[in-house]
Amino acid sequence: MYLILHIWRQQGPRDKGHFERHEARDVSEHMSFLEMLDVINEQLIEAGKDPIAFDHDCREGICGMCGMVVNGEAHGPQRQTTTCQLHMRQFQNGDELWIEPWRASGFPIIKDLSVDRSAFDRIIQAGGYVSIRTGSAPDANEIPIPKGVSDHAMDAAACIGCGACVAACPNASASLFVAAKVSHLGLLPQGQAERPDRVRKMVAQMDAEQFGACTNHAECEAACPKGISISFIARMNRDHLKSMIASSDDVEARPAK
Amino acid sequence: MNLDAREPSGPIEDRWTQHKASSKLVAPANRRKYKVIVVGTGLAGGAAAATLGELGYKVQCFCFQDSPRRAHSIAAQGGINAAKNYQNDGDSVYRLFYDTVKGGDFRSRESNVYRLSELSVSIIDQAVAQGVPFAREYGGLLANRSFGGAQVSRTFYARGQTGQQLLLGAYSALARQIEAGTVDMHPRTEMLDLIVVDGKARGIVTRHLVTGKVEAHVADVVILCTGGYGNVFFLSTNAQGSNCTAAWRAHRRGALFANPCYTQIHPTCIPQSGSYQSKLTLMSESLRNDGRVWVPRNEEDVGKDPTKIPEQDRYYYLEERYPAFGNLVPRDVASRNALYVTNDGLGIGPEVDGERRGVYLDFADAINRLGEQTIRERYGNLFEMYERITGDSPYQTPMRIYPATHYTMGGLWVDYNLMSTIDGLFVGGEANFSDHGANRLGASALMQGLADGYFVLPFTIGNYLGTERNFDGVSEDHPDVRAAVDDVNSRISSLLSAPKAKHAPQWFHRKLGSIIWHQCGMSRNGEGLSQAIDDIRELREQFHREVKVTGGEGEFNQTLERAGRVADFMELGELMCRDALDRAESCGGHFREEHQTEDGEAARRDDEFSYVAAWEFSGDPAQPTLHKEPLTFEYVKPVQRSYK
Repeated sequence: MYLILHIWRQQGPRDKGHFERHEARDVSEHMSFLEMLDVINEQLIEAGKDPIAFDHDCREGICGMCGMVVNGEAHGPQRQTTTCQLHMRQFQNGDELWIEPWRASGFPIIKDLSVDRSAFDRIIQAGGYVSIRTGSAPDANEIPIPKGVSDHAMDAAACIGCGACVAACPNASASLFVAAKVSHLGLLPQGQAERPDRVRKMVAQMDAEQFGACTNHAECEAACPKGISISFIARMNRDHLKSMIASSDDVEARPAK
Repeated sequence: MNLDAREPSGPIEDRWTQHKASSKLVAPANRRKYKVIVVGTGLAGGAAAATLGELGYKVQCFCFQDSPRRAHSIAAQGGINAAKNYQNDGDSVYRLFYDTVKGGDFRSRESNVYRLSELSVSIIDQAVAQGVPFAREYGGLLANRSFGGAQVSRTFYARGQTGQQLLLGAYSALARQIEAGTVDMHPRTEMLDLIVVDGKARGIVTRHLVTGKVEAHVADVVILCTGGYGNVFFLSTNAQGSNCTAAWRAHRRGALFANPCYTQIHPTCIPQSGSYQSKLTLMSESLRNDGRVWVPRNEEDVGKDPTKIPEQDRYYYLEERYPAFGNLVPRDVASRNALYVTNDGLGIGPEVDGERRGVYLDFADAINRLGEQTIRERYGNLFEMYERITGDSPYQTPMRIYPATHYTMGGLWVDYNLMSTIDGLFVGGEANFSDHGANRLGASALMQGLADGYFVLPFTIGNYLGTERNFDGVSEDHPDVRAAVDDVNSRISSLLSAPKAKHAPQWFHRKLGSIIWHQCGMSRNGEGLSQAIDDIRELREQFHREVKVTGGEGEFNQTLERAGRVADFMELGELMCRDALDRAESCGGHFREEHQTEDGEAARRDDEFSYVAAWEFSGDPAQPTLHKEPLTFEYVKPVQRSYK
């Protein structure tokens, strides 16, 4: 296959950035999208030019480190597939592709296609856990959990934290990411004690990180490589409302970096 | 050097309890005076950092990924073993211990393995309390499955994402401590050297991967949980960033490296499709429960559509050679036999570099017997993953599989406290050598990482600090600290200025991987290993002469990162081959062609090789010094494995 690529190049957060044209020749349909970029990068290095920076690690769709926007779609055209699992057979000979980083003020660009997603870590730090001390747990079978509840929690827990939901959202909202964690823990009996505080703290942190609000476009669900449902956002909103009414104290978010 | 494993004595079931009872503690008010560095945030590192922070130590934690949640523990699919005996099928701590020692082909330390089995039950409790959504039965209790041919169902799982869920559990505990201010987290920061002052590990030198800043961090204790070195093979199931640099640099500073030749090659991975390939993807071992492995009997059929090859022309080699276990023989046996049939010219799939390296895993019989729906329920997500990568549907045509490097049992030598041969340097998870012997059983890696992280290290670190007590202040200006920083800076400069810069680091990595895969992979012999040692040395010289790294040191430079990691793999690769050459026996994942039984199976030589090979760096990568820790088996008596 022969492809024309327009790849976003940006030296750093303060650089303006631009598209750079590349041609990919002899692309095999069995290559992954990132392997196609590997080949270009190896050629760039050998020619003494700066290779394209992009984040990636496991290359099996689970670590959540990779992600780029291909022709306007986060992680590219294939449903429920991370960029590393996207293969070139999804494209046609002669296709022209525009490749961009996640774009959101909550995800400042580091270089080229690589962005800073530490905001997600700070949202989890705000309350995305059960406060259980190591060694203090009761026997694992002490609390039976109905299979349906456990499976539902697992549907939410499958989130890989890649940020495609933010990249796909016209408001750059992180609602799907936050809702997935809020729902995962809020559905399980172990997460009940901190449930009201957790949702308020995490939502406050999401707002502080400059992510937008949800206005039900559902682009996040369409882009999510793990197929996480926006019904979790509705669930989070219910929990949040209940908590706002029932709790007397305010929560404070830590300042964004 | 005296390799004292500091194993407690007495009945094996009391050793860990006794050891804890006789160890020193650090009072709560004193803990905040001690600084602990944890490198790596996988199951072992994440769990250790969270637990030590919770105990009140001042923890500095480092990972090279952009977030601690991305460590490669996340990719483990199958499950985690625990001797809960929830299935009432006769499991016990002792049985898990027995299976692990035997599965490791009698090359691990009994006391450590027993402790691992004992702690396995607490791990499940801890994970469930954190909110890990393990699979459940309709009654609401935890579900289990039998894994990797085990006779009991002791494996806990969360769909095909057990590693992810356990890691997110540890990550959430870590996040809680970061919020509480007990752990200072440094993502996108790579350890490039260990600081040793007066014989004790006192800190690390790191490079920030975005700014390029090289700096020293001093502490009272350093813990490495930096994973395995499977990427020495270039192609493996490891993440792209997985590397040996932290462990190798510690080795160069005096930590002995144990059993580097023990690597695990997993039989069911998706074969390479071209020379551009960057990694290999594992398909869960559970597929062998229903799939039948075969290749064409006749060489002229290897390029044909497999569904058109008649039954009598198919060679179900595992079923024919191992009638008792058939397709469920252990990983090493399945892998080696795939190698043999492809060496005989019967491999299938696309030709890569002139060879067809693949065998079929066929579900047609299972679909006929059980119906497509049942197969879809059991393996639907795996079949989808396979189709996404290869474009073929396993419902219609047999899967193609081939072995790939998956796990490394070797690692830094540690005693019972998980302390290396450098005082104050502790090693957990895949980075140490301790529990799996020459072969790791399925669903045991997650168990070991979490046992080390949650339950062993937090305790043994307290013992070390409580025993040593007073640490001289070491500042960033200490001459040994500055020397380590200077070393790192000069290594970086030389990578950036190779005299005849020509090839990208990955070019060399690919060459190194090819040497090791062919000579120190599933099947090894003396001649090949000697040749590999020479070839690697030559390649290493060429690397330092011709590696081309664009850009500078003070910036986000992924080529420079890669070059540093490849440089260390070049040295480790040679040690691996040397260890494999020295170990003139076959055991577990280490198969020496000169040492096999009449049936072609691995022949151990217990009288001569029942020891841990721990290598000391002498200053020259070509002249390491071998030290031996003899292994004794008081409980599980060595026997020869047989799967006929």
